[in-house]
Amino acid sequence: MRIQSVSSAALMGLVVASLALGGCPSKKPPVARPLPPPAPATTPTPPPAPAPSGAIQESPVVASPSIPEDPMAARSVDDLNRDSPLRAAFFEYDSAELTAEARAALDANAATLKKYRTWAVTIEGHCDERGTAEYNLALGERRAAAAHAYVVSLGVTADRLKTVSYGKEFPFDPGHDEAAYAKNRRAQFVITAK
Amino acid sequence: MAFAAGLVIVAGVAIGAWTRKAPEPVSQVPQQPSEVVLSISGESGARPRYAVPDFITRGGDAETLEAARLMGSVLWDDLAFEREFYMVPRDTYRTIPAARSFTEIAFDRWRELGADGLVIGSVERTGPNTYRVEVRLYDVKSRRSVSAREYTGSASNPRLYAHTAADDIHQQQRALRGAARSRLTFSSDRDGERVANAVSPRDVKEIYISDYDGANQRRVTVTRKLNIMPRWSPDARAIAYTSYRRDFPDIYISLIYEGTLENPTKGRGQNWLPAWSPDGARICFTSTRDGNSELYVMDRDGSNLTRLTNNPAIDTTPTWSPSGTQIAFVSDRNGSPQIFIIDADGLNLRRITSESWCDRPTWSPAPFNEIAYASRTGPGYDIRIYDLATQERRQLTSGEGSNESPAYAPNGRHLAFMSTRTGRKQIFVMGRDGQDVRQITTVGNNYTPDWSK
Repeated sequence: MRIQSVSSAALMGLVVASLALGGCPSKKPPVARPLPPPAPATTPTPPPAPAPSGAIQESPVVASPSIPEDPMAARSVDDLNRDSPLRAAFFEYDSAELTAEARAALDANAATLKKYRTWAVTIEGHCDERGTAEYNLALGERRAAAAHAYVVSLGVTADRLKTVSYGKEFPFDPGHDEAAYAKNRRAQFVITAK
Repeated sequence: MAFAAGLVIVAGVAIGAWTRKAPEPVSQVPQQPSEVVLSISGESGARPRYAVPDFITRGGDAETLEAARLMGSVLWDDLAFEREFYMVPRDTYRTIPAARSFTEIAFDRWRELGADGLVIGSVERTGPNTYRVEVRLYDVKSRRSVSAREYTGSASNPRLYAHTAADDIHQQQRALRGAARSRLTFSSDRDGERVANAVSPRDVKEIYISDYDGANQRRVTVTRKLNIMPRWSPDARAIAYTSYRRDFPDIYISLIYEGTLENPTKGRGQNWLPAWSPDGARICFTSTRDGNSELYVMDRDGSNLTRLTNNPAIDTTPTWSPSGTQIAFVSDRNGSPQIFIIDADGLNLRRITSESWCDRPTWSPAPFNEIAYASRTGPGYDIRIYDLATQERRQLTSGEGSNESPAYAPNGRHLAFMSTRTGRKQIFVMGRDGQDVRQITTVGNNYTPDWSK
């Protein structure tokens, strides 16, 4: 894991660079291939000579003022969770079936998690207050497990994901109406490491 | 002797903030045949009418005077709780001169008040933090003492003397195991603390204990995490519960007298809802360690793990039969959550409810053979009881708020439960007929009670 996180900064820089230069985000890690140097007009100093083939050349890319920073990369885990790029999947009453909307949210989450490959995530299962506290622990776990299985099926590696059921102990909305219940029946993605 | 016809038992009681021992006779008057019990009866078959005035103090300081008042009041409440006696209200005693010793009791005045039984107690300070308490029960008509007991111990918890005397009177007069020294445990958010490092504001819940009547409420866990669904060990020295102290649900056991903690499930999967076997040697619980919510049984230390259920549905919320040979639990294998019974070896499954939504089965102690549970009856739940012999069911609450998570008193005559009838979630107790509802908690929200055995 430690090795992964060290290389991630370099990888992320390369991904960002390729986006900024009009390239498509590559699905494969772009290692061992030097990027084209930035346009000379935008840099006050000429780029250093290209490194020998096989080495990663990253300093000119990162230094370039024309390349925007990835906002995700700069944010702390707490900041990320406060305004999370990962969406909650919502469920019907006493159900752990994934609706079309829940799948859409999980599709987006899977794409984000594949982009940020170092993020570790806990998928929390939650319930509305209408069920009993005891049974809801199991129902919440079933929801978390359904979300977990779906994002794994989309290619997110399972060892980055944990599931925890909180039953009905931590409602998102403290209200006592259907609008609140609908928000509380959820699988919530919490980033625990990046 | 002034009470020659009575039983004289001298008992010592060790009383302390964290010790609760059954009184052990330190010496007994040798000529007393314990079979001879004079029972106080009421008029023409009615319940006997009992009066319990403030205890007598001998040269008492302010603290002892207050203890004497408190013991009388608590003993009256304890005797009222089992509803074996009609308790003459204490505010009607004012015109009767208070006894200053056991030899100056105005029996004729108590007779005028209609009392059949009269409990006179005395408190004497024997040291900086010790009391000697004597409690005598008189038959008012004959003016004779039918029982007299002496208790010695700490001055720190005067209520325990009253509780012990109440249990002794119920045992002697009614051959009944009283609940006065039993205790409750529950989960509470009353501290208003928030879970540390949470992604959103989340209220802490900690495990609490209290006397059966709600007195002496004390916090057991100090984790600033979620701690829920506590269960007393059969010896009432430990509480097993579900704790998120490591940010996932796992089973912990707090030994409340030693102040130590055990973690028998050791973080293997998510584990919750521990239920002690009647002998305290094993724990049945719910786990998703094999991918689905199933019931498992382990020894108290986590060894000898066996899986009890194997079904793609949810299986959870176990409770043992008093014999330890069967387990009732909740499963949604037929759709909604319903209550099933299975033999302790995992065989012989049968279903006992077909209702909207049922949870938290709680098997009664003997001699009752019934299972209490929460059943959805509208927007909320009510407490119902299923009689295993007659297969009949009855409902104890009737839609006053939502009523959930029933737990039996050790004598099976009462249940604790959670109710929203006064607004927030609070712990209540009631008789097994649904009468005599008493509120135990008032601060914060309080959930999922259990009653010591």
